[in-house]
Amino acid sequence: MLAVFFTAGFITIFITVGIVYVLLSDAFKFFQVVSLKEFLTQKEWTPVFATKKFGIWPLVAGTFLIAAIAMVVSIPLGLLIAIYLSEYASVRVKEIAKPIIEFLEAVPTVVYGYFTLLFVTPILQKIIPNLEAFNSLAPGIVLGFMILPYTASMAEDAMKGVPQRIREASYALGATKLRTATHIILPAAVSGVVAGFILGASRAIGETMVVAIAAGMYPNLTLDPREPIQTMTGYIVQVALGDLPYGSIEYLSIFAVGLALFIIAFVFNSIALWLRSRIREIY
Amino acid sequence: MVAVSSLIGTIKDIFIKRESSNRIDKSFTNPISIRKNEEDIKIEVKDLSFYYGKFRALKNINVKIPAKKITALIGPSGCGKTTLLRCFNRMHDLYPGFKYEGAIILYPDGINIVDMKVDLLDLRRKIGMVFQKPNPFPKSVYENVAYGLRVNGVKNKKIIQEKVEWALRSAGLWEEVKDRLNTNAYNLSGGQQQRLCIARAIAIEPEILLFDEPTSALDPISTGKIEELIIELKEKLTIIIVTHNLQQAARVSDYTGFMYLGELVEFNRTDKIFTNPQNKLTEDYVTGRFG
Repeated sequence: MLAVFFTAGFITIFITVGIVYVLLSDAFKFFQVVSLKEFLTQKEWTPVFATKKFGIWPLVAGTFLIAAIAMVVSIPLGLLIAIYLSEYASVRVKEIAKPIIEFLEAVPTVVYGYFTLLFVTPILQKIIPNLEAFNSLAPGIVLGFMILPYTASMAEDAMKGVPQRIREASYALGATKLRTATHIILPAAVSGVVAGFILGASRAIGETMVVAIAAGMYPNLTLDPREPIQTMTGYIVQVALGDLPYGSIEYLSIFAVGLALFIIAFVFNSIALWLRSRIREIY
Repeated sequence: MVAVSSLIGTIKDIFIKRESSNRIDKSFTNPISIRKNEEDIKIEVKDLSFYYGKFRALKNINVKIPAKKITALIGPSGCGKTTLLRCFNRMHDLYPGFKYEGAIILYPDGINIVDMKVDLLDLRRKIGMVFQKPNPFPKSVYENVAYGLRVNGVKNKKIIQEKVEWALRSAGLWEEVKDRLNTNAYNLSGGQQQRLCIARAIAIEPEILLFDEPTSALDPISTGKIEELIIELKEKLTIIIVTHNLQQAARVSDYTGFMYLGELVEFNRTDKIFTNPQNKLTEDYVTGRFG
Protein backbone atom coordinates (compact mmCIF):
# COMPACT_ATOMS: atom_id res chain seq x y z
CA MET A 1 0.00 0.00 0.00
CA LEU A 2 2.81 2.33 0.94
CA ALA A 3 4.31 1.76 -2.50
CA VAL A 4 1.10 2.99 -4.14
CA PHE A 5 1.12 6.22 -2.18
CA PHE A 6 4.81 6.66 -2.81
CA THR A 7 4.38 6.12 -6.54
CA ALA A 8 1.48 8.55 -6.68
CA GLY A 9 3.53 11.20 -4.91
CA PHE A 10 6.60 10.43 -6.97
CA ILE A 11 4.74 10.71 -10.29
CA THR A 12 3.66 14.26 -9.41
CA ILE A 13 7.21 15.27 -8.66
CA PHE A 14 8.49 13.45 -11.74
CA ILE A 15 6.07 15.27 -14.01
CA THR A 16 6.96 18.65 -12.56
CA VAL A 17 10.66 17.94 -12.96
CA GLY A 18 9.99 16.64 -16.47
CA ILE A 19 8.20 19.82 -17.47
CA VAL A 20 11.01 21.96 -16.16
CA TYR A 21 13.57 19.74 -17.93
CA VAL A 22 11.83 19.95 -21.32
CA LEU A 23 11.36 23.70 -20.96
CA LEU A 24 14.99 24.22 -19.95
CA SER A 25 16.58 21.96 -22.56
CA ASP A 26 14.65 23.31 -25.54
CA ALA A 27 14.92 26.87 -24.26
CA PHE A 28 18.67 26.28 -23.97
CA LYS A 29 18.80 25.26 -27.64
CA PHE A 30 16.88 28.42 -28.51
CA PHE A 31 19.30 30.63 -26.62
CA GLN A 32 22.21 29.10 -28.52
CA VAL A 33 20.79 30.68 -31.68
CA VAL A 34 19.22 33.82 -30.25
CA SER A 35 21.15 35.55 -27.50
CA LEU A 36 19.50 36.16 -24.16
CA LYS A 37 20.40 39.79 -24.66
CA GLU A 38 18.40 40.01 -27.88
CA PHE A 39 15.51 38.15 -26.23
CA LEU A 40 15.34 40.68 -23.41
CA THR A 41 16.23 43.94 -25.20
CA GLN A 42 14.80 43.67 -28.74
CA LYS A 43 11.42 45.42 -29.02
CA GLU A 44 9.92 43.38 -31.84
CA TRP A 45 8.67 39.80 -31.99
CA THR A 46 8.51 38.57 -35.59
CA PRO A 47 9.52 34.90 -35.65
CA VAL A 48 7.35 34.02 -38.64
CA PHE A 49 8.54 36.90 -40.83
CA ALA A 50 11.45 36.72 -43.23
CA THR A 51 13.51 38.92 -40.92
CA LYS A 52 13.04 37.16 -37.65
CA LYS A 53 13.23 39.23 -34.48
CA PHE A 54 12.96 37.71 -31.04
CA GLY A 55 12.25 40.43 -28.49
CA ILE A 56 9.93 39.09 -25.81
CA TRP A 57 8.60 42.49 -24.68
CA PRO A 58 5.59 42.77 -27.01
CA LEU A 59 4.33 39.44 -25.69
CA VAL A 60 5.09 40.35 -22.06
CA ALA A 61 3.36 43.72 -22.52
CA GLY A 62 0.29 42.04 -24.03
CA THR A 63 0.18 39.49 -21.23
CA PHE A 64 0.46 42.05 -18.46
CA LEU A 65 -1.93 44.48 -20.14
CA ILE A 66 -4.65 41.85 -20.18
CA ALA A 67 -3.85 40.73 -16.64
CA ALA A 68 -3.94 44.35 -15.46
CA ILE A 69 -7.36 44.95 -17.04
CA ALA A 70 -8.58 41.72 -15.45
CA MET A 71 -7.36 42.87 -12.04
CA VAL A 72 -8.91 46.33 -12.42
CA VAL A 73 -12.23 44.53 -12.92
CA SER A 74 -11.72 41.72 -10.47
CA ILE A 75 -10.26 43.44 -7.39
CA PRO A 76 -13.08 45.92 -6.65
CA LEU A 77 -15.77 43.46 -7.67
CA GLY A 78 -14.13 40.64 -5.73
CA LEU A 79 -13.75 42.81 -2.62
CA LEU A 80 -17.39 43.90 -2.68
CA ILE A 81 -18.56 40.30 -3.13
CA ALA A 82 -16.25 39.05 -0.40
CA ILE A 83 -17.38 41.68 2.10
CA TYR A 84 -21.00 41.04 1.27
CA LEU A 85 -20.74 37.26 1.52
CA SER A 86 -18.56 37.21 4.60
CA GLU A 87 -20.26 39.91 6.69
CA TYR A 88 -23.78 40.49 5.39
CA ALA A 89 -25.20 37.55 3.49
CA SER A 90 -27.44 35.06 5.25
CA VAL A 91 -26.39 31.43 5.31
CA ARG A 92 -28.88 30.66 2.54
CA VAL A 93 -27.60 33.38 0.21
CA LYS A 94 -24.06 32.19 0.83
CA GLU A 95 -24.98 28.58 0.09
CA ILE A 96 -26.32 29.63 -3.29
CA ALA A 97 -23.85 32.37 -4.21
CA LYS A 98 -20.55 30.68 -3.39
CA PRO A 99 -20.99 27.65 -5.67
CA ILE A 100 -22.12 29.98 -8.44
CA ILE A 101 -18.97 32.05 -8.12
CA GLU A 102 -16.81 28.97 -7.98
CA PHE A 103 -18.62 27.59 -11.01
CA LEU A 104 -17.03 30.41 -13.05
CA GLU A 105 -13.82 28.40 -12.79
CA ALA A 106 -15.49 25.28 -14.18
CA VAL A 107 -16.70 26.83 -17.44
CA PRO A 108 -14.41 25.69 -20.31
CA THR A 109 -12.22 28.63 -21.25
CA VAL A 110 -12.98 28.16 -24.95
CA VAL A 111 -16.55 29.12 -24.08
CA TYR A 112 -15.28 32.32 -22.48
CA GLY A 113 -13.20 32.92 -25.60
CA TYR A 114 -16.08 32.86 -28.04
CA PHE A 115 -18.35 34.62 -25.53
CA THR A 116 -15.80 37.44 -25.51
CA LEU A 117 -15.32 37.59 -29.27
CA LEU A 118 -18.96 37.25 -30.30
CA PHE A 119 -20.80 38.92 -27.44
CA VAL A 120 -18.66 41.18 -25.24
CA THR A 121 -16.55 42.82 -27.96
CA PRO A 122 -19.58 43.81 -30.14
CA ILE A 123 -21.26 45.38 -27.10
CA LEU A 124 -18.11 47.28 -26.18
CA GLN A 125 -17.72 48.42 -29.78
CA LYS A 126 -21.04 50.24 -29.48
CA ILE A 127 -19.68 52.19 -26.51
CA ILE A 128 -16.10 52.61 -27.73
CA PRO A 129 -16.27 53.30 -31.49
CA ASN A 130 -12.66 52.62 -32.49
CA LEU A 131 -12.37 49.36 -30.59
CA GLU A 132 -10.97 46.75 -32.92
CA ALA A 133 -12.54 43.31 -33.32
CA PHE A 134 -9.49 41.84 -31.62
CA ASN A 135 -8.44 43.86 -28.59
CA SER A 136 -7.21 43.43 -25.03
CA LEU A 137 -10.07 45.24 -23.32
CA ALA A 138 -12.82 42.66 -23.82
CA PRO A 139 -10.79 39.57 -22.91
CA GLY A 140 -9.36 41.48 -19.95
CA ILE A 141 -12.84 42.23 -18.63
CA VAL A 142 -14.02 38.65 -19.15
CA LEU A 143 -10.89 37.32 -17.45
CA GLY A 144 -11.67 39.64 -14.54
CA PHE A 145 -14.91 37.75 -14.03
CA MET A 146 -13.32 34.40 -14.72
CA ILE A 147 -10.83 34.80 -11.87
CA LEU A 148 -13.49 35.79 -9.31
CA PRO A 149 -13.15 32.34 -7.74
CA TYR A 150 -9.68 33.50 -6.70
CA THR A 151 -10.25 37.16 -5.94
CA ALA A 152 -13.74 36.99 -4.39
CA SER A 153 -13.84 33.48 -3.05
CA MET A 154 -10.39 33.44 -1.50
CA ALA A 155 -10.90 36.89 -0.04
CA GLU A 156 -14.14 35.68 1.46
CA ASP A 157 -12.42 32.62 2.92
CA ALA A 158 -9.75 34.82 4.46
CA MET A 159 -12.32 37.21 5.95
CA LYS A 160 -14.45 34.37 7.25
CA GLY A 161 -11.31 33.01 8.90
CA VAL A 162 -10.97 36.07 11.13
CA PRO A 163 -12.00 34.84 14.60
CA GLN A 164 -15.53 35.72 15.63
CA ARG A 165 -14.31 37.21 18.92
CA ILE A 166 -12.56 39.98 16.97
CA ARG A 167 -15.82 40.80 15.19
CA GLU A 168 -17.65 40.79 18.53
CA ALA A 169 -15.07 43.16 20.00
CA SER A 170 -15.84 45.66 17.26
CA TYR A 171 -19.62 45.34 17.56
CA ALA A 172 -19.37 45.64 21.34
CA LEU A 173 -17.84 49.10 20.85
CA GLY A 174 -20.91 50.19 18.90
CA ALA A 175 -19.37 49.83 15.43
CA THR A 176 -21.57 49.27 12.39
CA LYS A 177 -21.26 46.20 10.19
CA LEU A 178 -19.73 48.28 7.42
CA ARG A 179 -17.07 49.76 9.68
CA THR A 180 -16.31 46.38 11.23
CA ALA A 181 -15.93 44.85 7.77
CA THR A 182 -13.76 47.59 6.30
CA HIS A 183 -11.72 48.69 9.33
CA ILE A 184 -11.28 45.45 11.27
CA ILE A 185 -12.04 42.33 9.25
CA LEU A 186 -10.53 43.33 5.91
CA PRO A 187 -7.23 44.58 7.40
CA ALA A 188 -7.03 41.47 9.57
CA ALA A 189 -7.51 39.26 6.53
CA VAL A 190 -5.31 41.29 4.23
CA SER A 191 -2.65 38.66 3.58
CA GLY A 192 -5.25 36.11 2.50
CA VAL A 193 -7.08 38.66 0.42
CA VAL A 194 -3.91 39.77 -1.37
CA ALA A 195 -2.85 36.15 -1.84
CA GLY A 196 -6.14 35.59 -3.67
CA PHE A 197 -5.48 38.62 -5.85
CA ILE A 198 -2.02 37.38 -6.77
CA LEU A 199 -3.23 33.86 -7.57
CA GLY A 200 -5.97 35.47 -9.68
CA ALA A 201 -3.38 37.58 -11.49
CA SER A 202 -1.25 34.50 -12.02
CA ARG A 203 -4.25 32.70 -13.45
CA ALA A 204 -4.95 35.64 -15.77
CA ILE A 205 -1.35 35.68 -16.96
CA GLY A 206 -1.42 31.97 -17.72
CA GLU A 207 -4.85 31.98 -19.38
CA THR A 208 -4.66 30.84 -23.01
CA MET A 209 -7.89 30.18 -24.86
CA VAL A 210 -9.70 33.45 -24.14
CA VAL A 211 -6.78 35.57 -25.29
CA ALA A 212 -5.94 33.36 -28.25
CA ILE A 213 -9.50 33.69 -29.53
CA ALA A 214 -10.38 37.27 -28.64
CA ALA A 215 -7.19 39.33 -28.26
CA GLY A 216 -5.71 38.88 -31.71
CA MET A 217 -2.40 37.43 -32.87
CA TYR A 218 -0.43 40.57 -33.34
CA PRO A 219 2.63 41.04 -31.13
CA ASN A 220 2.22 44.69 -30.43
CA LEU A 221 4.20 46.70 -27.92
CA THR A 222 1.32 48.88 -26.77
CA LEU A 223 -0.66 49.82 -23.70
CA ASP A 224 -3.74 50.76 -25.73
CA PRO A 225 -6.48 48.30 -24.77
CA ARG A 226 -8.35 48.93 -28.04
CA GLU A 227 -5.66 47.44 -30.26
CA PRO A 228 -5.08 43.79 -31.08
CA ILE A 229 -2.18 42.24 -29.19
CA GLN A 230 -0.67 38.87 -28.53
CA THR A 231 0.10 37.33 -25.18
CA MET A 232 2.81 34.82 -24.34
CA THR A 233 0.31 31.98 -24.14
CA GLY A 234 -1.40 33.21 -27.31
CA TYR A 235 1.89 32.98 -29.20
CA ILE A 236 2.58 29.46 -27.96
CA VAL A 237 -0.85 28.33 -29.16
CA GLN A 238 -0.46 30.03 -32.53
CA VAL A 239 2.88 28.40 -33.22
CA ALA A 240 1.79 25.04 -31.87
CA LEU A 241 -1.18 25.09 -34.28
CA GLY A 242 0.99 25.59 -37.36
CA ASP A 243 3.10 22.88 -39.00
CA LEU A 244 6.52 23.66 -37.72
CA PRO A 245 9.49 21.44 -38.36
CA TYR A 246 10.77 19.93 -35.15
CA GLY A 247 13.86 21.74 -33.98
CA SER A 248 13.31 24.87 -36.09
CA ILE A 249 13.92 28.20 -34.40
CA GLU A 250 10.20 29.03 -34.37
CA TYR A 251 9.53 25.71 -32.70
CA LEU A 252 12.22 26.30 -30.10
CA SER A 253 11.00 29.83 -29.45
CA ILE A 254 7.83 28.59 -27.79
CA PHE A 255 9.93 26.91 -25.13
CA ALA A 256 11.78 30.12 -24.43
CA VAL A 257 8.46 31.95 -24.11
CA GLY A 258 7.11 29.08 -22.02
CA LEU A 259 10.09 29.26 -19.70
CA ALA A 260 9.60 33.00 -19.22
CA LEU A 261 5.93 32.37 -18.46
CA PHE A 262 6.82 29.61 -16.05
CA ILE A 263 9.19 31.88 -14.14
CA ILE A 264 6.58 34.65 -13.91
CA ALA A 265 3.88 32.25 -12.72
CA PHE A 266 6.28 30.64 -10.25
CA VAL A 267 7.18 34.00 -8.71
CA PHE A 268 3.50 35.01 -8.41
CA ASN A 269 2.46 31.74 -6.85
CA SER A 270 5.36 31.78 -4.40
CA ILE A 271 4.37 35.25 -3.22
CA ALA A 272 0.76 34.13 -2.84
CA LEU A 273 1.71 31.03 -0.87
CA TRP A 274 4.00 33.02 1.37
CA LEU A 275 1.21 35.52 2.06
CA ARG A 276 -1.26 32.75 2.80
CA SER A 277 1.08 31.14 5.27
CA ARG A 278 1.23 34.45 7.11
CA ILE A 279 -2.52 34.49 7.78
CA ARG A 280 -2.32 32.04 10.62
CA GLU A 281 0.65 33.70 12.26
CA ILE A 282 -1.36 36.62 13.57
CA TYR A 283 -3.89 35.15 15.94
CA MET B 1 -25.37 41.40 -9.95
CA VAL B 2 -27.90 40.26 -7.38
CA ALA B 3 -25.15 40.23 -4.80
CA VAL B 4 -24.04 43.73 -5.75
CA SER B 5 -27.50 45.26 -5.71
CA SER B 6 -28.38 43.76 -2.36
CA LEU B 7 -25.03 44.95 -1.07
CA ILE B 8 -25.95 48.46 -2.15
CA GLY B 9 -29.27 47.96 -0.40
CA THR B 10 -27.53 46.96 2.80
CA ILE B 11 -25.22 49.96 2.65
CA LYS B 12 -28.23 52.23 2.18
CA ASP B 13 -29.90 50.63 5.18
CA ILE B 14 -26.90 51.38 7.30
CA PHE B 15 -26.85 55.03 6.39
CA ILE B 16 -30.56 55.46 6.79
CA LYS B 17 -30.42 53.78 10.17
CA ARG B 18 -27.60 56.07 11.29
CA GLU B 19 -29.47 59.16 10.28
CA SER B 20 -32.66 58.20 12.00
CA SER B 21 -31.01 56.88 15.12
CA ASN B 22 -31.45 60.10 17.05
CA ARG B 23 -35.15 60.15 16.39
CA ILE B 24 -35.57 56.55 17.52
CA ASP B 25 -33.59 57.37 20.61
CA LYS B 26 -35.94 60.13 21.69
CA SER B 27 -39.05 58.07 21.24
CA PHE B 28 -37.41 55.62 23.57
CA THR B 29 -36.72 57.95 26.41
CA ASN B 30 -40.02 56.58 27.48
CA PRO B 31 -41.81 57.94 30.45
CA ILE B 32 -41.29 55.17 32.97
CA SER B 33 -41.24 57.20 36.14
CA ILE B 34 -38.00 56.93 38.03
CA ARG B 35 -38.69 56.89 41.72
CA LYS B 36 -36.22 58.61 44.02
CA ASN B 37 -35.19 55.46 45.84
CA GLU B 38 -34.28 53.81 42.55
CA GLU B 39 -31.69 56.38 41.63
CA ASP B 40 -28.95 54.00 42.59
CA ILE B 41 -30.36 51.20 40.42
CA LYS B 42 -28.59 51.05 37.05
CA ILE B 43 -30.36 48.12 35.42
CA GLU B 44 -33.66 46.53 36.28
CA VAL B 45 -34.38 43.14 34.74
CA LYS B 46 -38.10 42.38 34.66
CA ASP B 47 -39.43 38.89 33.88
CA LEU B 48 -36.70 38.34 31.33
CA SER B 49 -36.74 35.13 29.34
CA PHE B 50 -34.34 34.43 26.51
CA TYR B 51 -34.56 31.79 23.80
CA TYR B 52 -31.96 30.28 21.49
CA GLY B 53 -34.38 29.03 18.85
CA LYS B 54 -36.82 27.00 20.92
CA PHE B 55 -34.51 26.47 23.86
CA ARG B 56 -35.41 28.70 26.78
CA ALA B 57 -32.01 29.60 28.17
CA LEU B 58 -33.20 32.22 30.70
CA LYS B 59 -36.39 31.85 32.69
CA ASN B 60 -38.17 34.84 34.20
CA ILE B 61 -35.15 36.63 35.54
CA ASN B 62 -35.89 39.51 37.92
CA VAL B 63 -33.06 41.54 39.36
CA LYS B 64 -31.99 45.09 40.14
CA ILE B 65 -28.35 45.82 39.43
CA PRO B 66 -27.05 48.67 41.60
CA ALA B 67 -25.16 51.57 40.03
CA LYS B 68 -21.40 51.99 40.53
CA LYS B 69 -21.11 48.66 42.27
CA ILE B 70 -19.66 45.36 41.12
CA THR B 71 -22.22 42.64 40.59
CA ALA B 72 -20.98 39.09 40.06
CA LEU B 73 -22.95 36.37 38.33
CA ILE B 74 -21.94 32.89 39.41
CA GLY B 75 -23.21 29.40 38.74
CA PRO B 76 -22.21 26.12 37.12
CA SER B 77 -21.47 25.85 33.37
CA GLY B 78 -24.57 26.21 31.25
CA CYS B 79 -26.55 28.00 33.96
CA GLY B 80 -27.15 31.02 31.72
CA LYS B 81 -24.90 33.58 33.38
CA THR B 82 -23.07 34.47 30.18
CA THR B 83 -26.37 34.40 28.28
CA LEU B 84 -27.78 36.95 30.74
CA LEU B 85 -24.65 39.10 30.47
CA ARG B 86 -24.90 39.13 26.67
CA CYS B 87 -28.53 40.31 26.90
CA PHE B 88 -27.36 43.59 28.44
CA ASN B 89 -25.51 44.70 25.29
CA ARG B 90 -27.67 42.60 22.96
CA MET B 91 -24.73 40.56 21.65
CA HIS B 92 -27.19 37.76 20.91
CA ASP B 93 -28.53 39.85 18.05
CA LEU B 94 -25.42 39.05 16.01
CA TYR B 95 -26.67 35.51 15.51
CA PRO B 96 -29.96 34.26 14.10
CA GLY B 97 -32.61 32.56 16.20
CA PHE B 98 -32.72 34.70 19.34
CA LYS B 99 -35.79 35.94 21.19
CA TYR B 100 -36.17 38.12 24.26
CA GLU B 101 -39.25 38.31 26.46
CA GLY B 102 -39.76 40.73 29.32
CA ALA B 103 -37.75 43.89 29.82
CA ILE B 104 -34.38 45.20 30.88
CA ILE B 105 -34.70 48.84 31.90
CA LEU B 106 -31.57 50.95 31.74
CA TYR B 107 -31.56 53.90 34.15
CA PRO B 108 -31.55 56.85 34.26
CA ASP B 109 -32.79 56.96 30.64
CA GLY B 110 -35.58 54.43 31.19
CA ILE B 111 -34.77 52.67 27.90
CA ASN B 112 -35.89 49.08 27.53
CA ILE B 113 -32.69 47.40 26.32
CA VAL B 114 -34.43 44.39 24.78
CA ASP B 115 -36.91 46.46 22.80
CA MET B 116 -36.33 45.68 19.11
CA LYS B 117 -36.48 49.38 18.24
CA VAL B 118 -33.55 50.33 20.46
CA ASP B 119 -30.54 51.74 18.60
CA LEU B 120 -28.01 48.95 19.19
CA LEU B 121 -25.00 51.04 18.21
CA ASP B 122 -25.91 53.64 20.81
CA LEU B 123 -26.68 50.98 23.41
CA ARG B 124 -23.35 49.25 22.94
CA ARG B 125 -21.52 52.52 23.32
CA LYS B 126 -23.14 52.94 26.72
CA ILE B 127 -22.58 49.33 27.75
CA GLY B 128 -19.08 48.08 27.04
CA MET B 129 -17.84 44.52 27.18
CA VAL B 130 -14.64 42.65 28.01
CA PHE B 131 -14.51 39.09 26.75
CA GLN B 132 -13.35 35.75 28.06
CA LYS B 133 -10.28 35.49 25.88
CA PRO B 134 -8.33 38.67 25.21
CA ASN B 135 -9.46 39.77 21.76
CA PRO B 136 -7.46 42.81 20.68
CA PHE B 137 -7.69 43.80 17.05
CA PRO B 138 -4.68 42.82 14.94
CA LYS B 139 -3.61 46.46 14.97
CA SER B 140 -1.20 48.56 17.00
CA VAL B 141 -1.73 49.09 20.72
CA TYR B 142 -2.63 52.71 20.02
CA GLU B 143 -5.10 51.89 17.24
CA ASN B 144 -6.83 49.31 19.42
CA VAL B 145 -7.83 52.00 21.89
CA ALA B 146 -8.37 54.72 19.30
CA TYR B 147 -10.76 52.55 17.29
CA GLY B 148 -13.67 52.94 19.70
CA LEU B 149 -13.17 56.70 19.74
CA ARG B 150 -13.16 56.86 15.95
CA VAL B 151 -16.29 54.71 15.87
CA ASN B 152 -17.86 57.35 18.07
CA GLY B 153 -17.00 60.05 15.60
CA VAL B 154 -14.01 61.58 17.40
CA LYS B 155 -11.79 62.94 14.63
CA ASN B 156 -9.54 65.40 16.43
CA LYS B 157 -6.11 63.78 16.67
CA LYS B 158 -5.16 65.53 19.89
CA ILE B 159 -8.34 64.46 21.65
CA ILE B 160 -7.84 60.89 20.51
CA GLN B 161 -4.26 60.98 21.75
CA GLU B 162 -5.30 62.28 25.16
CA LYS B 163 -8.11 59.78 25.52
CA VAL B 164 -5.91 56.87 24.49
CA GLU B 165 -3.36 57.84 27.11
CA TRP B 166 -6.08 58.34 29.73
CA ALA B 167 -7.65 54.95 28.97
CA LEU B 168 -4.30 53.16 29.04
CA ARG B 169 -3.43 54.84 32.34
CA SER B 170 -6.83 53.90 33.78
CA ALA B 171 -6.20 50.31 32.73
CA GLY B 172 -2.79 50.39 34.43
CA LEU B 173 -1.06 49.68 31.14
CA TRP B 174 0.44 53.03 30.20
CA GLU B 175 3.83 52.58 31.85
CA GLU B 176 4.26 49.19 30.16
CA VAL B 177 3.30 50.22 26.64
CA LYS B 178 4.02 53.94 26.33
CA ASP B 179 7.26 53.24 24.41
CA ARG B 180 5.68 50.76 22.04
CA LEU B 181 2.28 52.16 21.19
CA ASN B 182 2.89 51.27 17.58
CA THR B 183 3.70 47.59 18.03
CA ASN B 184 1.04 45.05 17.19
CA ALA B 185 -1.21 44.29 20.16
CA TYR B 186 -0.49 40.59 19.71
CA ASN B 187 3.08 41.16 20.86
CA LEU B 188 1.78 41.91 24.37
CA SER B 189 1.39 39.19 27.00
CA GLY B 190 -2.04 37.69 27.63
CA GLY B 191 -2.60 39.77 30.75
CA GLN B 192 -1.48 42.95 28.97
CA GLN B 193 -3.78 42.12 26.06
CA GLN B 194 -6.71 41.79 28.43
CA ARG B 195 -5.90 45.12 30.09
CA LEU B 196 -5.65 46.60 26.61
CA CYS B 197 -9.16 45.29 25.92
CA ILE B 198 -10.32 46.97 29.13
CA ALA B 199 -8.62 50.22 28.06
CA ARG B 200 -10.34 49.90 24.69
CA ALA B 201 -13.70 49.48 26.39
CA ILE B 202 -13.32 52.36 28.87
CA ALA B 203 -11.90 54.79 26.31
CA ILE B 204 -15.41 55.58 25.11
CA GLU B 205 -16.54 56.10 28.72
CA PRO B 206 -19.40 53.62 28.94
CA GLU B 207 -21.89 53.72 31.80
CA ILE B 208 -21.67 50.00 32.35
CA LEU B 209 -18.89 47.50 31.73
CA LEU B 210 -19.66 43.82 31.29
CA PHE B 211 -16.93 41.29 32.04
CA ASP B 212 -17.35 37.75 30.73
CA GLU B 213 -14.94 35.59 32.75
CA PRO B 214 -12.17 38.09 32.03
CA THR B 215 -9.40 36.19 33.78
CA SER B 216 -10.15 32.60 32.85
CA ALA B 217 -7.34 32.56 30.28
CA LEU B 218 -4.80 34.34 32.50
CA ASP B 219 -2.14 33.44 35.06
CA PRO B 220 -2.63 34.34 38.77
CA ILE B 221 -0.49 37.50 38.67
CA SER B 222 -2.29 38.90 35.63
CA THR B 223 -5.58 37.89 37.26
CA GLY B 224 -4.68 39.88 40.38
CA LYS B 225 -3.93 42.97 38.30
CA ILE B 226 -7.23 42.69 36.43
CA GLU B 227 -9.15 42.27 39.69
CA GLU B 228 -7.52 45.38 41.19
CA LEU B 229 -8.38 47.24 38.05
CA ILE B 230 -12.02 46.14 38.17
CA ILE B 231 -12.31 47.36 41.77
CA GLU B 232 -10.77 50.71 40.81
CA LEU B 233 -13.16 51.09 37.90
CA LYS B 234 -16.32 50.91 39.99
CA GLU B 235 -15.79 54.53 41.04
CA LYS B 236 -16.57 55.49 37.47
CA LEU B 237 -19.03 52.91 36.23
CA THR B 238 -21.32 50.01 36.96
CA ILE B 239 -19.72 46.62 36.57
CA ILE B 240 -21.26 43.22 35.97
CA ILE B 241 -18.87 40.29 35.97
CA VAL B 242 -19.52 36.68 35.08
CA THR B 243 -17.07 34.38 36.75
CA HIS B 244 -16.42 30.70 37.29
CA ASN B 245 -14.10 31.50 40.11
CA LEU B 246 -15.96 31.79 43.43
CA GLN B 247 -13.00 33.35 45.23
CA GLN B 248 -12.91 35.99 42.54
CA ALA B 249 -16.59 36.79 43.04
CA ALA B 250 -16.01 36.99 46.79
CA ARG B 251 -12.92 39.19 46.36
CA VAL B 252 -14.20 41.77 43.94
CA SER B 253 -17.97 41.96 44.00
CA ASP B 254 -20.44 43.89 46.14
CA TYR B 255 -23.46 41.91 45.00
CA THR B 256 -23.69 38.36 43.74
CA GLY B 257 -26.33 36.52 41.79
CA PHE B 258 -26.35 32.73 41.78
CA MET B 259 -27.84 31.18 38.65
CA TYR B 260 -28.84 27.62 38.00
CA LEU B 261 -30.51 26.07 34.94
CA GLY B 262 -31.51 29.44 33.48
CA GLU B 263 -32.95 30.85 36.68
CA LEU B 264 -31.62 33.41 39.08
CA VAL B 265 -31.79 31.39 42.29
CA GLU B 266 -30.57 34.02 44.69
CA PHE B 267 -29.36 37.60 44.54
CA ASN B 268 -27.92 39.42 47.49
CA ARG B 269 -24.96 41.23 48.93
CA THR B 270 -21.86 39.16 48.27
CA ASP B 271 -21.06 38.60 51.95
CA LYS B 272 -24.58 37.28 52.53
CA ILE B 273 -24.40 34.92 49.55
CA PHE B 274 -21.14 33.46 50.76
CA THR B 275 -21.75 33.39 54.52
CA ASN B 276 -25.48 33.09 54.89
CA PRO B 277 -27.17 31.92 51.70
CA GLN B 278 -30.95 31.61 51.91
CA ASN B 279 -31.30 28.90 49.31
CA LYS B 280 -30.08 25.33 49.69
CA LEU B 281 -28.79 25.25 46.08
CA THR B 282 -26.78 28.43 46.63
CA GLU B 283 -25.30 27.00 49.79
CA ASP B 284 -24.35 23.76 48.06
CA TYR B 285 -22.70 25.69 45.22
CA VAL B 286 -20.73 28.22 47.25
CA THR B 287 -19.53 25.52 49.65
CA GLY B 288 -18.31 23.51 46.69
CA ARG B 289 -20.70 20.58 46.93
CA PHE B 290 -21.37 20.82 43.18
CA GLY B 291 -20.28 22.97 40.33
